[in-house]
Amino acid sequence: MATNKSDSTFGDVQVPELVRKLLSSRKVLLGLSILMPVIIISGLGEIVTPFDPLQTHILDKYAAPGGKYVLGTDNLGRDLLSRVIVGGQSSLLLGFSATAFSMVFGVPIGLIAGYMGGRVDEYLMRLMDILMSIPILLLGILILVALPSSLINVIFAIGVVFVPRIGRVTRSATLSVSQEPYVMAAKSRGESTPYILFQEILPNVMAPIVVEASVRVGYAILIGTSLSFLGLGAGPPNADWGYMIATARNHIYETPWFLLWPSLALLLTIMATNLLGDGLNDVLDPRTGGGRL
Amino acid sequence: MSQQTVRQASNQSDHLLSVDSLDVEFQVPDGSIQALRDVSLVLDQGETLGIAGESGSGKSTLALAIARYLDNNARVPNGTIEFKGRNMLEFTPRELAEVRGNQIAHVAQNASKALNPSMRVGAQIRESIELHQDVSDDEVRERVFDALDQVNIPDPEETVTRFPHELSGGQQQRVLIAMGLACNPELLILDEPTTGLDVTTQAKLLDLIKELKTGAEVGILLITHNLGVIAQIADRVNILYAGEMMEKGPVDDVFTSPSNPYTQALLATTPELNRTKELRPIPGGIPALGEIPNGCIFADRCDFATDECQTGDIDVEAVSDDHETRCVNWQTAVDNPIEAGDATERKSRPGDVILEGKGVVKHYDEGTFVENLLSDHKPVRAVQGVDLTVREGETVGLVGESGCGKSTLGRTMLSLHELTDGVIEYRGDDLASLSKAKRKEFHAECQIIFQDPDASLNPRKSVRECIERPLKLFTEQDEDERIARVDELLEQVNLSLDLKNKFPHELSGGQQQRVAIARAFAANPSLVVLDEPVSSLDVSVQASILKLLGELRDEYNTSYLLISHDMGVIQAICDRLAVMYLGKIIEYGTMSDVFAPPFHPYTRSLLSSIPTLDPHEEGNRIRLQGDVPSARNPPPGCSFQTRCPQKIGDVCETDEPELVETNQETDHCVACHLDESGTTKPLETPVEEL
Repeated sequence: MATNKSDSTFGDVQVPELVRKLLSSRKVLLGLSILMPVIIISGLGEIVTPFDPLQTHILDKYAAPGGKYVLGTDNLGRDLLSRVIVGGQSSLLLGFSATAFSMVFGVPIGLIAGYMGGRVDEYLMRLMDILMSIPILLLGILILVALPSSLINVIFAIGVVFVPRIGRVTRSATLSVSQEPYVMAAKSRGESTPYILFQEILPNVMAPIVVEASVRVGYAILIGTSLSFLGLGAGPPNADWGYMIATARNHIYETPWFLLWPSLALLLTIMATNLLGDGLNDVLDPRTGGGRL
Repeated sequence: MSQQTVRQASNQSDHLLSVDSLDVEFQVPDGSIQALRDVSLVLDQGETLGIAGESGSGKSTLALAIARYLDNNARVPNGTIEFKGRNMLEFTPRELAEVRGNQIAHVAQNASKALNPSMRVGAQIRESIELHQDVSDDEVRERVFDALDQVNIPDPEETVTRFPHELSGGQQQRVLIAMGLACNPELLILDEPTTGLDVTTQAKLLDLIKELKTGAEVGILLITHNLGVIAQIADRVNILYAGEMMEKGPVDDVFTSPSNPYTQALLATTPELNRTKELRPIPGGIPALGEIPNGCIFADRCDFATDECQTGDIDVEAVSDDHETRCVNWQTAVDNPIEAGDATERKSRPGDVILEGKGVVKHYDEGTFVENLLSDHKPVRAVQGVDLTVREGETVGLVGESGCGKSTLGRTMLSLHELTDGVIEYRGDDLASLSKAKRKEFHAECQIIFQDPDASLNPRKSVRECIERPLKLFTEQDEDERIARVDELLEQVNLSLDLKNKFPHELSGGQQQRVAIARAFAANPSLVVLDEPVSSLDVSVQASILKLLGELRDEYNTSYLLISHDMGVIQAICDRLAVMYLGKIIEYGTMSDVFAPPFHPYTRSLLSSIPTLDPHEEGNRIRLQGDVPSARNPPPGCSFQTRCPQKIGDVCETDEPELVETNQETDHCVACHLDESGTTKPLETPVEEL
């Protein structure tokens, strides 16, 4: 009856066990079964779309769902199914890239602040607090007003906004792990600080970071969509969920499906990432019972 | 499982509690764990029955089964639990609720977690009275104070208004027992009541349990891993191993003539103060209870095991009228018992000084500038000016109760904490200003081993990576040489090479500690700080780790700085000893100096508080008054003056005693204002004559 404290190990030996546990979580399964098709179909993009998403069929504008155009067409007669599929590309790319960006900066900041403590912690965290105190959307708008609006800049803007959030999660996990005797043992061996941070601490704080990141992906997509809804980000004629929703708003009474499809796609994707994050939390966090076999 | 050859002749319903051939199993995803098998016991009114065993032996499961608090995945396939003649297993939920807390009180382990942190102590005691007894408000109030009185809480009026975190560990345990006693139960189950408490607190709590025994007509079921506690308190004892009752009988019989190899081995592996015994580890480990082997559960680890033990059911046999043992070869075991030998005294020849602390001061939580400006913020004075020297080839012990600053001192000596004041010298050079090369040498030479082996190994690194790391850092060896050295180290710490690619959570506590030891010794250190290296391990494992540490010390000529709260452990391994109290060393000397007069009054009370394995020994125990003062606000003068049974008077309150040499040859120092006549009285002197 060995106590299994570290079932969330990513070490090579435990991977099959981890996979087994991940797949035994209904939330993870449901999240993945929504997210994976979304990623695959959007990823394939124009290979699977029935029409060119940018091509207008002026005679078929405002076509109702069913028939030739499965989900109908928009005000310019563009096929909505094709547009929703291709629109997912930028949303997903944005979600994952922005999260990756925020991890690249947030994780080291959190590790350093949590491990060093004292003044370093104080300065870094107050800086993070300043960033956090500005409403997310406002900060995103500010950055995009200053920089030309392109996908890269939207990713940068959202990434910056998320750095303090990832940083805080990393720091709080690091705080407790830094007190563990194995970290002290490493210090007593005279290990260098980078070794302690990335070899001793990081693998043991990955679980909460992974959970936070998976939730962040959903938020990033949501903010990206909001920004392009507001006209910052992808502009016409690109297919983008936020931009599609913005356009559809004007036609909501005549052709509600125009608004429905991109919103539904957005809803499903965000729900899936949140489910995945929730499920990961259950599986990776031993305190919520997932730690037991 | 087996037919009992010995049956209680008397009618079972005469007993307060009688458990008969009880089996308990837990359903787990991979099958079932048979936590208890064929356990029988009887308890009469006014009697104290001790249940002893190592962790995993099923003691707590037994207690929970009796109170019917078992988890949902537990099943009782066999057996009966009769309380006052009624089978509790057939109780309806309503009947159970009436009995629990009212007639049967279960005092859980770990008082700090068993009390509700957001409720005042008084309200928590009231709760159970109001639930079970139909009495007026005034009467409830009275009962609360009665209960607190029974457990000797000083100032009950004040205590009832407190929250649990405002009480010390010993007081919390008292409150918990008071809650149990509030409804005048007939059966009191105490689950590890003294575990986690300091010895001086434990001694006072044991007095309390003794008092309860004589005062009330209550049957006490005392569950503990500490055989000393059983010897001092219980009337009869049941020894549990891996879910089976190995031996039971009156405490006198079981402790003086143990008739089961397991009991014998357990006694031989427990450190004792009054004699220097060579602890005998029990080979192997407690088996997993998923699959129960045929035959005796202890056969694999038993010195007397024969072919007979490997097959069939092992029945309980009678040694005498009320002394039973579960062993086929018990007569051989009695004729030729397992006993601890006498330890050969170690001759240490101390060499050069490795590490020397001069006037070491360490404060925690010094407060920010603003905090200090606005209020009179007091830092925690963990270490207050300590001189400590560790020489080559010498083992120095650092003993004291929790919170005395011993661990902080040990870690500060290795510069794991920043110094507040003072100097630490490594081979004559100030640690703070070492050159880079010299610092590396210091790290290679001075290692540390921690209390909790599970936490001292990185969960994401394999055993091999753990042990290999210091070799990478401190030696020029290539990979093949390193792997050869890892194998050599694993052999030296008696671990199988198969474990090399395992991860820490796949190992048992003892194995983890061996890996930590192998890691510490990888780069041939000259000094290893052992921070409570065995206190989270079972006694049988503890003895084998201590033995291993002794062997490695001889092989590598390593010095140890052993930090422990357990005098038995200290005695088993140290050459010199420093006794700490509230951040200061109050006595220092060789082992024989410290364990014999002249005594510092604190050392005297510490030594006299430790329960011995001899049930007859009464001893004149010194009971310290009150609790250890806060390290934020240490008392003026001598730090021990608030509790000292030998306090002289004003001088203790105003002047801080210096460490004065009492024996120039061995450098034995005591920090006390008492003159020779006060400190030289033998340990057995009654308290009144001090």
